Amino acid sequence: MKSGFLAAAAAAVVVSASAVAGAATLDTVKQRGFVQCGVNAGLPGFGNPDSAGNWTGLDVDYCRAVAVAIFNDPNKVKFTPLSAQQRFPAIQSGEVDLLSRNTTATLTRDTSVGLNFAPVTYYDGQGFMVPKKLGVKSAKELNGATVCVQSGTTTELNLADYFRANNMTYNPVVIESNDEVNAAYFAGRCDVLTTDVSGLAGTRAGVAPVPDDHVILPEVISKEPLAPAVRHGDDQWFDIVRWTVYATIQAEEFGITSKNADEFNSSKNPDIQRFLGASPGMGKALGLDEKWAYNIVKKVGNYGEIFDRNVGPGTPLKLERGLNALWTKGGLMYAQPFR
Amino acid sequence: MATETRTTQGAPPPGGISFSLSDPTFRAIVYQILVVGAVVLVGWFLISNTLDNLARRSIATGYDFLGREAAFGIGESLIDYSPKDSYGRAFLVGVLNTLKVSIIGVLLATIIGTVIGVARLSSNWLIAKLASTYVEIIRNIPPLLQLFFWYALVSDGLPPVRQALNPIPGVFLSQRGLRVPTPAPDPVWANMGIALLVAIVAAWGVSRWARARQARTGQPFPAGWTGLGLIVGLPVLTWLAGGAPLAMDVPKLTGFNFTGGAAISPEFFAILTGLTLYTAAFIAEVVRSGIKAVNWGQTEAARALGLPGSPTLRLVILPQALRVIVPPLTSQYLNLTKNSSLALAIGYPDLVSIANTTLNQTGQAIEGVTMIMGTYLVISLSISIFMNWYNKRIALVER
Repeated sequence: MKSGFLAAAAAAVVVSASAVAGAATLDTVKQRGFVQCGVNAGLPGFGNPDSAGNWTGLDVDYCRAVAVAIFNDPNKVKFTPLSAQQRFPAIQSGEVDLLSRNTTATLTRDTSVGLNFAPVTYYDGQGFMVPKKLGVKSAKELNGATVCVQSGTTTELNLADYFRANNMTYNPVVIESNDEVNAAYFAGRCDVLTTDVSGLAGTRAGVAPVPDDHVILPEVISKEPLAPAVRHGDDQWFDIVRWTVYATIQAEEFGITSKNADEFNSSKNPDIQRFLGASPGMGKALGLDEKWAYNIVKKVGNYGEIFDRNVGPGTPLKLERGLNALWTKGGLMYAQPFR
Repeated sequence: MATETRTTQGAPPPGGISFSLSDPTFRAIVYQILVVGAVVLVGWFLISNTLDNLARRSIATGYDFLGREAAFGIGESLIDYSPKDSYGRAFLVGVLNTLKVSIIGVLLATIIGTVIGVARLSSNWLIAKLASTYVEIIRNIPPLLQLFFWYALVSDGLPPVRQALNPIPGVFLSQRGLRVPTPAPDPVWANMGIALLVAIVAAWGVSRWARARQARTGQPFPAGWTGLGLIVGLPVLTWLAGGAPLAMDVPKLTGFNFTGGAAISPEFFAILTGLTLYTAAFIAEVVRSGIKAVNWGQTEAARALGLPGSPTLRLVILPQALRVIVPPLTSQYLNLTKNSSLALAIGYPDLVSIANTTLNQTGQAIEGVTMIMGTYLVISLSISIFMNWYNKRIALVER
């Protein structure tokens, strides 16, 4: 349970011991033969091992997409489950190549924590869940409540800000492990559980003894753009991760899916020809195979497929696209041009 | 001639050393310089390399963040704290919470451990076996599991806050912990505190005087009872003189939680109970071995001199046993203090928990970890220094 501290201590050692002149991440990854990816240890829909031990989730699929872009094989990736507190030391020290662990992009993390954030893969916001029997209808009624929250997250800060802004007091119960936070809430130690709305939906669907006994309050108190991150200092690696995310979004915009990708290979549209590598140039610019985007769509899918498979209406999380729809459909998902 | 030559070449002449590797003194100095140099070199390499790597990845360094607004809440605190305060103050809250658990834990563990240790030596079969069972069970279960057990006992075993148990009027027991009434603010309470301090000093004076008198005249004086009378009597007299206020601040259920009175949170209860009982098992063994180490002949000799049971234990056995007990006891105190960092797992805001949150919000892991290590080092060294001083005080004085 002190693993957060240990990870930090280990990071201190690794940061100090790692070679001064770091080799390019892409070369290291190719030499090693797989991508080392930091993911959530147990958040249904985002990063969670299934009953057979296979990692599933939206964040996990982006790890696989990066592996496909490099190796054309979604299985050439190894997952490191990380707690909220372990994640930054792990990426800073080079223990993982890529952090894809429902991490909110913020200014301090982009600067003093030393991360570069790829495009947002899920637009989220922080919410509150309460037991239905309390009869609470709005977060404004939570004055004096006891709130369970996981340590080391932006959630902890938004919570403090929200209550301060509304002149309310609260009593935090801050626990490191997500499982223990949930256990404390469901045992009744707290009146309120707070985290990102997607996380609340996942917890209600997957952990609550009776999901219908709990309601998610309508207020969304923060912006939580969740994005994969890499460490500072390797622009090529950052570009690969960035454009991997864009490739999934662009594919959905083109209407290319894992099922119909082959039909598009003969497309006359120059945009699509460039995207799928029929007319070369894009792959070389990134240091990847020309078919990299085609491979991602073929083996992992476009953004819509990834969303629907992991968190969409057909899953226990039952989340609507909302802000995560394509820009052409009123959402925020927008890829920069592939040219 | 031959003798003289050997002296100058082999061993150093008195008052000087020869600069040859065959000279043990010179050799020792050379080796020490080499070792110290190597340590300094490795340390310098690690530090400069770290700073270089941090700068390369543009990760912030330094302790400036301590003055910035913390902006996170803390569940319980001995001093006033709000998210508006700085990271430095948040860290202080954590240090005080750690000290609170450590000090109360050390006191309780010593008392419980001594009782269990003595009970294990009891001639009563049942008491001795119960004490052994306690020791064997508790010290063979990892402390983290015991913390989870005590925490679950409160959060799963007690009723929700709205159906709180109310065993005595004003006292409420629920999943949110124990709420007790506290005396309403009144100047008399501060005066009672002063009276208590005065009484403690007076009791100490009386016991010194009594010891000196007994050494001089052989007349015993009931210093213990006089001291107890002073410590209880003076504050009570002050209270009566202050008009004997009885107003209490009774907890009330308002909204989600009880307000008013004082509270013991489930987190604090779990960490304190878990650590106290765990460490008490080890202390029991330390106490038992200490008493066993005193030769039975000492007891027989005391009885032969006509000393009754209680003074035999107090004046003959314990002073000798303490010399064996104190050094391992110091280790147990240090263990308890360091184990308090397990609090993170059950949500008690100790210094590790708060430093972890801080380093996570600021991204400055190295600074956070050095602060945690530095604080534990200071606390541990303070305990060691105090216990070593006490150990010297009770050491065998040879006459």
